[in-house]
This record gives sequence, C-alpha cells and structure tokens, in this order.
Amino acid sequence: MLSSEERGEIEAEMLKYPNKQAACIDALKIVQRRRGWISDESIREIAEFLGISTDELDGVATFYNLIYRKPVGRHVILLCNSVSCWIMGYNRLRKRLCERLEIQLGETTADGRFTLLPIVCLGTCDHAPALMVDDDLHRDLSPDSAEQILERYR
Amino acid sequence: MTSERPLTKDMKADGEALTLKEYERAGGYQGIRKALRMGPKDITDQVTKSSLRGRGGAGFPTGSKWSFVPLGKDAPHPKYLIANADEMEPGTFKDRLLMEGNPHQLLEGMMVASRAIEADVAFVFLRGEYVLSAQRLQRAIAEAYAAGYLGEKIFGSEVGLELHLHLSAGRYMCGEETGLLNALEGKRANPRTKPPYPQISGLFGKPTIVQNVETLANLPHIINNGVEWFKKLSYSADGGSKLYGASGKVKRPGLWELPMGTTIGELLHEHAGGMRDGVEFRGLLPGGASTDFLTEEHLDVKMDFTEVQKVGSRMGTGTMIILDDQTCPVGMVWNLEDFFAQESCGWCTPCWSGLRWAERILWAFEQGHGSEADLEKLEWICKFCAPGNTFCALAPGAVEPLQSALKYFRDDFLRHVREKQCPWR
Repeated sequence: MLSSEERGEIEAEMLKYPNKQAACIDALKIVQRRRGWISDESIREIAEFLGISTDELDGVATFYNLIYRKPVGRHVILLCNSVSCWIMGYNRLRKRLCERLEIQLGETTADGRFTLLPIVCLGTCDHAPALMVDDDLHRDLSPDSAEQILERYR
Repeated sequence: MTSERPLTKDMKADGEALTLKEYERAGGYQGIRKALRMGPKDITDQVTKSSLRGRGGAGFPTGSKWSFVPLGKDAPHPKYLIANADEMEPGTFKDRLLMEGNPHQLLEGMMVASRAIEADVAFVFLRGEYVLSAQRLQRAIAEAYAAGYLGEKIFGSEVGLELHLHLSAGRYMCGEETGLLNALEGKRANPRTKPPYPQISGLFGKPTIVQNVETLANLPHIINNGVEWFKKLSYSADGGSKLYGASGKVKRPGLWELPMGTTIGELLHEHAGGMRDGVEFRGLLPGGASTDFLTEEHLDVKMDFTEVQKVGSRMGTGTMIILDDQTCPVGMVWNLEDFFAQESCGWCTPCWSGLRWAERILWAFEQGHGSEADLEKLEWICKFCAPGNTFCALAPGAVEPLQSALKYFRDDFLRHVREKQCPWR
C-alpha cells in the first residue's frame, strides 16, 4: 500500500495535469525517494493508484535511467562518461573508483554503501571530469580527489 | 561595436541567483508588462523581425514557429508553452548557467512567449540531475506566484498563466520536442509522427510550443529594447548575443556571452586561452556531440547558424568540444557513438541497429581489429542514418561527428589498422 504521505505527494503532482497517467513519472520518483528503488510491488501499487496497467507503468519505469528497478546502495554515484569528461580523464576516474569500491559500473558495494552508475553529460563540461553523489555535484576531479570525496558519504 | 551581454550582465559574481526583488531592480519584469499591452500578434511580429533563432541547436526562427499556433476565441484551450530545460547534449552546459544565475529571466521569457501564443499553462521540463536549477526555479516560481505574476490575472491584467516545474527522470530522447511531450504525458519518450506539428496538436493534443531556455531568456530583452537593438548585438544575420562555451584541453574552459557571429578562432584563442601547454589543436565539435567536426581551416568561420552550416557542420548549442593531439579521434568518436546508441529510444531500425553497429566497429578499431573495409561500412551506416531514413533527428545527428571524422581523421583510422592497436594507448 502506498503510504498516505506518498499518496498526498502524488495527488499534488496530479493537479498539474489533465489526467492521472501524466503524473506517473512523478509518482515513480516520489516512491523511489522514500523507498530507495522501485520494486515490482511498488509498480503494482502506483499503477493501481493511477488507474493504469502494471505493464504500461513498468514500460515507463524501465525507459528512464533515473528510475531504479533494482535496489541501490545508500548513496548513488553518477559518473559522467560523456565526451568532455572522457577527454579529461573519465577512464582513470572510473578505474580508480571501481578498484576502490571493488565493483563494476552498475553494481553496488558489498556493504550497501555505494552504487556506481554511468550517467550522460552532467552539463558541467568546463569543469570536467565530474560526478554526482546523490544530489551533490563534484567537479574538476582527479582520481585522488574523487576518492576523498567518497569519504564524506557514510 | 558594443558588446552588450543582456543574458548574463545582471548575474552575481558569487553565482547566487537573483531574487525577484533584485531582478526587478535590474529592470526585470518590464518586458512582460509591455508584452501584456501589445497583444499576441505584435509580440510574434517583433520576435520575427528580431531574427531570433532557436538556441537549442536547430536554429528554427522563433517568431515563425509561433505563427502556426491558432489564436483567438475559436482556438483550442488550454494551450501550452514548454521550456526545454533538458540540457543533455554532451558538451553543453549553457542553460544551467541561465537557470542557476537568473531563474526569473527564464520565467519572464516564458511569460512573454505564453502571451504570444495565448498559452494558459507553462511547464519547465528540467532534467532531474540539475538539482540546483530545480531549487532556484522552484523558489523563483513561488516568488512570482506570491507577487501575482503567475496565476490568475497576472500583473493585474485579464489573463492568467499557470507555470509548473517538471523534473525529468533521464534519457537524451526527452530533449527531442515530441519525445519531451510524451515524457510530460507520463509515457516513454519516443518521438511522435509529424504532422501534426505540436503547434496544432502537442501536449495532451493541444496547441503547444516547446522552446529552449536560452531562446526564452532573450525574449524580455527583445520586447524591452526592440528589434534594432537586438540585431545590433550580433556580428551576423542571426540576431542577438550567444552563450558560447569550450571544453576539452584548453587553458580556460568556460562559457561566455558574446556577439552572435564571433569567430571560432576568437572563441578558441582569446576566450578559451588556446590549447594547454604541451597539447596541439586537432579539431572541434562546434556545438555539442551531434555536430560535424571542424578543423584548423575553419577557425575564421563565424559561429552562427548560417556560416557554420556553409562549411558542413552546425552551430548546434554553440558550446565547442575541443579535440587535441593527445586524444585519439577514433576513441572520441567511439565515445560519442556509444552515447547515441545507448540513448536511441529503439523506435526505428536505422537508429537502434545502425548506431550500435557503428559503435561496435569503432570499438574494434580501438582494439586493433579494424580494417579498411570497415571504413566503408561506417560510411554506409552514415548514409543509412541520414535525414529522411529515420523517425527523428537523433540518428542523423549521431552520424554527423562520425561522417566528418571519416573525412578529416581518415589517416588516424588507417593507423589503427596498420599498427593493429590504438596508437594513443
């Protein structure tokens, strides 16, 4: 069951649109913010609340890369792999993070602390290479400074 | 020549956003007040005469785009105005500055455009990763509602405007106009068949205009200062100033508001400070990942929609990505095609199949397994993905850097074949 807080937030989003379905991406984001990811159960609950089929909602959920259909760690690292960051040292950064965290892109650390995901251009190319941890943007990175930044996230 | 910077001159040195009060003290919200007295046709007429062209990359004349929206009492309602703030073209970082530095300027631009098409509802379609832009826009929207600048009877007039912020959940396809409309309707961001064009049947089947953030930010200034002033900001036939940028191994990567038509060489050498010590210039993508490479011979070309097109590329977003001699051009194109193949929505075959095929061939070159025959295959894929063969502009844009790399960096491809490895490794 969606919580009353979840329902309240989704209903507030629904006011922006002429039909319920249009709020489904907002709904997915609201539920993900509270639960960390979107499980099959979450899909069923949201679909029922919005009056759309679970398959239709899952088609939407799996299309958008910021909707997580698998569990993620406490912190999600979005590592920019687009062209400017690639030129400015993305590969060295990725290598270091993978070694340090002992995971590959798309995976979560054994202690559930970090999930490492690639992301398309973060729009901060004059400060490449860049990554985000949760809502925080970090720029002008070296492998060393990136490693230090991760220490801030427990 | 004056070098006025209407879009950025009022921004604060510390990077904080202007509050509503500060924006008004700098002359803000006068353009919309004037626009409310003008009437839709006069606004569109002024914008058409200003020669403002869309800053999202395609360069479509803004006034002309609006002219297809039905007006008057028989027009369908609600009509929608959407700010395309889904800045996701690799190498592009200009709209972020406009939203973080002066969110009210964007809101006022949206108000002016909404008046021109008699829109009732406006959305900012913002990519989810732009967290700071979202916070500042949210605050600006709240301030504008509280001041009576949004909602019913805006600025004490007889017209209303609702304005909402929509935070997207990712995917490059959402930047495509009709993909964006589907995303905003809560669907997968596949592109739609045109016609009908969004001006007739857009969001929820109603007349809709989708406009880039930088385009919208220009509108209050055009209304305030007039057509002749706007044209004089530019060195070329396309009116206004332009946010130009450079990234890659230049001394001073950054973003600058300059007269439209500033040359590529001036951007590279004066504003970006030239190449870093120890690296040489090889080429550049003038305006994002989906534009053709240019080289040394093009440095005198003016950066505007018309002139860059004449030499076989596009100005695109105007934010240049610089290729240096320490970076493998084949590897760079591999990175670009991998991006496009990943971001293809999968709707049409040339795109989902062709782009991944190109990426696999480029990867083979990087691993030392490329052949001369593969170059012909890449050329064939470029033709296969050309405009007219695909459902939307993603694949044609995707092959622009590839086709031009095959032209300008052919020897580098052949070196990979001869040496059976990437010479830059």
